[in-house]
Amino acid sequence: MTHARLRRTSPITQYAVAAALEALGHDADNVANGTLRLGVVLCVMSGCVNYSRRFYDETLRDPGTASPLVFPETVFNAPASHIAALLGTTAINYTLIGDPTTFLQGIALAADWLTAKRVDGCLVIGAEESDWLTADAFRLFFRRIILSDGAGALYLKNAANGSPSIQLRAVTDSHLFCHNQSRVQAAKRMRAELPAVSDNHLLCDGLQDLPRLDRAETEAWRDWRGTRLSPKKILGEGLMAAAAWQCVVAIDALKQSHYHAASVSVVGCNQQAIGAHFVQAES
Amino acid sequence: MLFPAPQLLSSPPRVVVTGAGIVTALGIGWDTNAEGFRQGRVALGPVTIFDVSRQRVKIAGEIALPEKLPVSHLSQRRLGRLDRATRLLLLAAQEAWDQSGWSPSHNLPVVLGTTSGGMSLGEAYYRQALQTPHVHRRQAARVIEYQAQRQTLDLADAFGFSGSITIIANACASGANAIGHAWELLRRGHAGRVLTGGYDALSQMVFAGFDSLQALSPTQCRPFDSRRDGLAIGEGAAVLTLETLAHAERRKVAILGEIVGYGAVTDGHHLTQPHPQGDAAFASMTAAARVANVSPEQIDYVNAHGTGTPLNDSAEAAAISRWAGERAATLPVSSTKSSIGHLLGAAGAVETVVCLMALRQQWLPPTSTLQTPDPACTFPIVQKPTAAKLEYALTNSFGFGGANATLILRRWS
Repeated sequence: MTHARLRRTSPITQYAVAAALEALGHDADNVANGTLRLGVVLCVMSGCVNYSRRFYDETLRDPGTASPLVFPETVFNAPASHIAALLGTTAINYTLIGDPTTFLQGIALAADWLTAKRVDGCLVIGAEESDWLTADAFRLFFRRIILSDGAGALYLKNAANGSPSIQLRAVTDSHLFCHNQSRVQAAKRMRAELPAVSDNHLLCDGLQDLPRLDRAETEAWRDWRGTRLSPKKILGEGLMAAAAWQCVVAIDALKQSHYHAASVSVVGCNQQAIGAHFVQAES
Repeated sequence: MLFPAPQLLSSPPRVVVTGAGIVTALGIGWDTNAEGFRQGRVALGPVTIFDVSRQRVKIAGEIALPEKLPVSHLSQRRLGRLDRATRLLLLAAQEAWDQSGWSPSHNLPVVLGTTSGGMSLGEAYYRQALQTPHVHRRQAARVIEYQAQRQTLDLADAFGFSGSITIIANACASGANAIGHAWELLRRGHAGRVLTGGYDALSQMVFAGFDSLQALSPTQCRPFDSRRDGLAIGEGAAVLTLETLAHAERRKVAILGEIVGYGAVTDGHHLTQPHPQGDAAFASMTAAARVANVSPEQIDYVNAHGTGTPLNDSAEAAAISRWAGERAATLPVSSTKSSIGHLLGAAGAVETVVCLMALRQQWLPPTSTLQTPDPACTFPIVQKPTAAKLEYALTNSFGFGGANATLILRRWS
């Protein structure tokens, strides 16, 4: 965190960098020495809201004194740029915006780049930072919601023979909340695309004990008889970061051999429902 | 399924453009814009939609929006809530949609680029939250419509289709990355057609941001001029309907052009400054040309990123010179930002449409504000309306954070 590019960054970059470095592990050296082409997919919903609010506040007070040091950090792809600079990768780097389901789209995108041999490895990061502005906005819709911030990251590579790892088996289609499909319908269609419950199968969902917000997901998974984990009940609504946490929790459970398979269900705030399915490589 | 991807095709299909819509300060629609770009007309003027009295610079490429939007499936109530950026997006999309003759379906992917979505609504939300924190009237609608995914859903609902939505926010390369990503989706067999493009509206915060960096020209935006002193901000949108050649041929539809190459590279030099020798720009052009299987000798026109800032243009000039080699001496280059300003997330998409226009109508769009070319430019800069024989055109887009993207287009004959 002492890299020159990180000196003026806001929390979202610091969270994203911390998660990225943990996920990447020793492969950071291979990126630095140029032997591994690393792609980066950063997913955000609120994004760099701290500095955006601060810069706009300065603009309203007096545009002549609004800080040129702050403005560049308001740009959505600033955290992804810092990560690339820190790691020394020049490969393809996208920042995706959308509701929290976008994190699963990011995973599918990374897998696609790997399949097409566009990159040798790919980081997918979901990150958010807290701000009163975001909290104020969410309070208009859900008075009991507890927002949180942070980041989660997955590091995807093509499977090497003999290396025990967790395999991404599927990311469902995007099921939009649109003119001809309600949230409940979208969630049910997402669920229908994921494998049926099996022995030692974990569901990692996005429930947070807010009945109105949880309704679509609750209905979609009403008959689920397997084990269920709901990280947001503990960590709060971290938006894109929370979708990343759901995946990290699911993968951690697989790594610890508690389960053979794990499904992740993300029913977004206002865009779509998407699910993902991970398995132990042996299964 | 988004993953696993369909089986990789042994030979990627050709991807063609069957519809293009464009909205810039030059006007609304292909014909008005084509004539403006062909002549190099400058459409920059005083900013009227927010207060610039205390800004260093007071002009931009502001669009005169029509009172009414095209007829769509959106209700009057929903139409009334749309912000400026969404209106630009819908206007451009309507033109592209009509031209393509597409019908709605439930599996039409959309890939869009934007840097700020509905920023003006975010600004309005913030001002009200500060000034009258206990008054929530219209705030909920602002929160919803501010978000880019909502704007894309508005687009889908307006035309009655659905499908996966991908929104790329790679700063000023967003539009080019979006088209490049859409192109790759088609080449990998994910879809037979994709709606793509970029959009961004003027907003006070972004305008003030570039002004605070002293990146805006206090005189006139003159890309590649030896005395250039900054860029002009603009607003706009461009939307393309992309489909595989086989898909287009089955429909027996007119084809506007072909996209043949895409390169995307990251420049880690600095958050807001390119590598002085344009290393990433060079790599991006090289990657796109490799995919397109063309050499610099085959490229007939380069639509440069050419913002008009001292650092961007010198780095890009170095990159083009290095990439083109001996071809540089005769390779026509221009920046159309002299006419409409820098459209940020829309820039790459609009400049792709400019290349389509040039290829279809066989002319070179000039950088009409150029006075004295920078000696670093080893290539000829188009300064006057010029007829030319064009087969391939290349367009560059670079953004904050080191996002570099290049697209190569081919004339359809």
